[in-house]
Amino acid sequence: MPFETDPTMSDHADPTKLVLGRLTWEAIPYHEPILLATFVAVALGGVAVFAALTYFRAWGPLWRDWITSIDHKKIGVMYIALGLVMLLRGFGDAIMMRAQQAIAFGGSMGYLPPHHYDQIFTAHGVIMIFFVAMPLVTGFMNFVVPLQIGARDVAFPFLNNFSFWMTASGAALVMMSLFVGEFARTGWLAYPPLSGLAYSPDVGVDYYIWSLQVAGVGTVLSGVNLIATIVKMRAPGMTLMKMPIFTWTALCTNILIVVAFPVLTAVLALLSLDRYVGTNFFTNDLGGNAMMYVNFIWIWGHPEVYILILPVFGIFSEVVATFCGKRLFGYASMVYATVVITILSYLVWLHHFFTMGSGASVNSFFGITTMIISIPTGAKIFNWLFTMYRGRIRFEVPMLWTIGFMITFVIGGMTGVLLAVPPADFVLHNSLFLIAHFHNVIIGGVVFGLMAGITYWFPKAFGFKLDPFWGKCSFWLWLTGFYFAFMPLYVLGLMGVTRRLSHFDDPSLQVWFQVAAFGAFLILLGIVSMIVQLGVSFVRRESLRDTTGDPWNGRTLEWSTSSPPPVYNFAFTPVVHDNDAWHDMKKRGYVRPLSGFIPIHMPKNTAAGFVLAVLSAACAFALIWHMWPLAMAAFAALVAATIVHTFNYGRDHHIPVDEVVRTEGMRTRALAGHV
Amino acid sequence: MPSLKNVRRWLLPCAALPLAGCDTVLLRPSGDVAAQQGHLVVLSTLLMLLIIVPVIVVTLVFAWRYRQSNTDATYSPDWDHSIQLELVIWAAPLLIVIALGALTWISTHTLDPYRPLQRIDAQRRVPGATEPLNVEVVALDWKWLFVYPDQGVAVVNELAAPVDRPIRFRITAASVMNSFYIPALAGQIYAMPGMETTLHAVINRTGAYDGFSANYSGAGFSDMRFKFHGMSADDFDRWVQAAKAGGNTLSRDGYLQLERPSEREPVRRYGAVAPGLYDLVVNRCVVPGTMCMRNMKAAGPRGETGLARSVDAIARDPAMPSRAPVGAVCTAQAPFGATLSYAVRD
Repeated sequence: MPFETDPTMSDHADPTKLVLGRLTWEAIPYHEPILLATFVAVALGGVAVFAALTYFRAWGPLWRDWITSIDHKKIGVMYIALGLVMLLRGFGDAIMMRAQQAIAFGGSMGYLPPHHYDQIFTAHGVIMIFFVAMPLVTGFMNFVVPLQIGARDVAFPFLNNFSFWMTASGAALVMMSLFVGEFARTGWLAYPPLSGLAYSPDVGVDYYIWSLQVAGVGTVLSGVNLIATIVKMRAPGMTLMKMPIFTWTALCTNILIVVAFPVLTAVLALLSLDRYVGTNFFTNDLGGNAMMYVNFIWIWGHPEVYILILPVFGIFSEVVATFCGKRLFGYASMVYATVVITILSYLVWLHHFFTMGSGASVNSFFGITTMIISIPTGAKIFNWLFTMYRGRIRFEVPMLWTIGFMITFVIGGMTGVLLAVPPADFVLHNSLFLIAHFHNVIIGGVVFGLMAGITYWFPKAFGFKLDPFWGKCSFWLWLTGFYFAFMPLYVLGLMGVTRRLSHFDDPSLQVWFQVAAFGAFLILLGIVSMIVQLGVSFVRRESLRDTTGDPWNGRTLEWSTSSPPPVYNFAFTPVVHDNDAWHDMKKRGYVRPLSGFIPIHMPKNTAAGFVLAVLSAACAFALIWHMWPLAMAAFAALVAATIVHTFNYGRDHHIPVDEVVRTEGMRTRALAGHV
Repeated sequence: MPSLKNVRRWLLPCAALPLAGCDTVLLRPSGDVAAQQGHLVVLSTLLMLLIIVPVIVVTLVFAWRYRQSNTDATYSPDWDHSIQLELVIWAAPLLIVIALGALTWISTHTLDPYRPLQRIDAQRRVPGATEPLNVEVVALDWKWLFVYPDQGVAVVNELAAPVDRPIRFRITAASVMNSFYIPALAGQIYAMPGMETTLHAVINRTGAYDGFSANYSGAGFSDMRFKFHGMSADDFDRWVQAAKAGGNTLSRDGYLQLERPSEREPVRRYGAVAPGLYDLVVNRCVVPGTMCMRNMKAAGPRGETGLARSVDAIARDPAMPSRAPVGAVCTAQAPFGATLSYAVRD
């Protein structure tokens, strides 16, 4: 009922309800065996990690060197670790869906009732986009950009730490919904009126809203931070048109983030007003307009797609140039293509809802702008192709991912342009063809790129390469797994099968779903290979050691420093003369300076970011469960902590000359030992 | 364009060949609109394959030819620019997009779901005086209601239409967003509460086809399916007569009962329908006494008269259900619209 007031609001006399809000024992899903088993596994794992940290006396170092660290490299690594952990959760959801759809035929309802299944596909989408792809992409930008532009850290180091912990808090809220209450059953964009109070009165949508709002603060601030870093902190000589392509794509991505994410924040704020104070922005009655939500969410949502893919294009550009041993073909047109995509990505959002009744001219306009984006994207593909032309291609693991990407991504691009033709979209919209399309570009593009990036920059971060055998296993399993999992969905889409169904009548469809489930199983093996790869590489780290700091014969500045780089990245700020700065330095016989070191001015660690993020998460949790006193207390603490932090004047320090000399001396010995 | 037509005649079946083993209804539908959309899918794909296939082939060729171990291949580590090549790189996708863009502009207008049909199928035009069959579609939680205003019948979870007669669907929803989709007939269009969309289509072959909601709408979504029957004109008349003979009536109260969430509803036929029911649903005023959205808009410029009368009517109606009325404005007595409606309900 649209006007039902929340009973807890008028029930403040009951002290339990006042403190706990809507939270009761009923909210703990101990009657659901799947969730219970997951909870037990997570709890045991948590206890094991806790015990290990205690046994190895790692709490102190963990707090000092990681949690409170403002070092962009460590924050980047933490972002990537967060993304990989959440990948396991998101993929767990995926494989449950594939299993359900492979067995729920004829009379069988499968093993997941709609109530559970609908949460799973919602959580899968939300987690994969917001808490896997976004942290991974942000992590790479954090780690790589300052190194590539010859800077010692980002422009606002504390803000960077705060951003990370806000993202992590959002992820924690999503994970909490697994065991306390439930997640949204609305699909990953939570269209009203379904996500309104009238049709989703429970906590699921509130978990959705607040986890995205908390993480969104982190994302926007990190965007501001990286723009400032790229604009203001480039090494002398590095003009805009001498920036490495990855930094260029990072700049465009962060511009997209800063412009697009506030729209998401605003639209979710309006939805929360509808849900918390009874406004009618998106309700059916009293002049509410759900179409407004759909427009807003896609005005954020389409740029979001490019927020994910642009940095990955940057990764591929770096990888191709390095492993072909050749300058990137068409640097200038690559930059223009990136900028054109950035601008055009704001002019296409309506293609997500051609089928909602816009007129033919409006639909054609958005269809054609969408197709126009494929021109700069196509130009990029050709640029990579002609970088390979007359190169000396080393098929190291990052290059394998790149070639897998080039072949897979063009297929996804083609089906994407097909969906941009409105009459074709009328038959394919919301079908499994669409699902196949966007997994084709997100797995074949974003995921492959992130995997290439992980393999490429891992030695820079940790000082040893990843084991190539398991890397190749992972690549081939992901690649074949992808084709097995998603080509059948293209076919099913053409057979008129729509998305988000929990069971089917037509038995002739089943074989396609079984093939898709097999594909998901191969991808699972690919993920397992990656985990094994991390373990094996750690064990074999001495033989995989990178003593030079330049394991791939790289071309950009991050390869000019040691692996892992010292806290201050560069003892002396490099001077740039060419867009492949490090390649240029090597060619001109660059000699590493061995004397003349001076103290280095660096920011100091702080716990403020972590504290603020924990308080934000507590406030969000209280709002989700209508625990008004806790929400107010957490908010007051948040404001107080912010004010206290402004009185922290000890935010920087100088690394003394002795320490710089010692660090650089070790580097000198390592290089000498290598030769 | 005779040559293009020839190409299409030969290439379309070829493109569909790998999928011959399964029932790809999108590529072999039974309604003319869906058939044109299916052709467009294939034609656009072929157009794009002109550039996609060479890219894939060249990627593999370059990867093989310029592998590190092949020292015979030319190696030019500093070659990174060529005006001619870059022109080609930007021009080739541009040409494809110009062609596809033209195709898009034309097909989007000719296949606009709001546009009355011009043709019954590839050979026949719609005769001048043909009045389309009107069907009013309401997506409910979780079933479909189809009202035939001209025949005065209504059906739940079953739809029928005579072959080769244009159909005009007016589509709305009662609660949340759904999408009305019969793949064999025509592309989908959303069914949204308080809004109306339109779809023009025609079925060319008799048979029973699947229809369903193509937009997730909650717990009962997976079973929100119905059969669409393409019939001869005589069979359709008999089908209507059978519904009339059943004697059931869909009153406003009956609709409000039907509107409540339920799953896997059996087919139900009504021989008579409350007058203007569909318009009441679109305007969200099936509940007697609630203000219709149409009037709410009209009341604005005319001052508060319209609203005052309707609120007055609600207040006097002893049979007012506990559902809040649509329509509330800020007045001196009740500064918040919502408060006003609570007060009225209580």
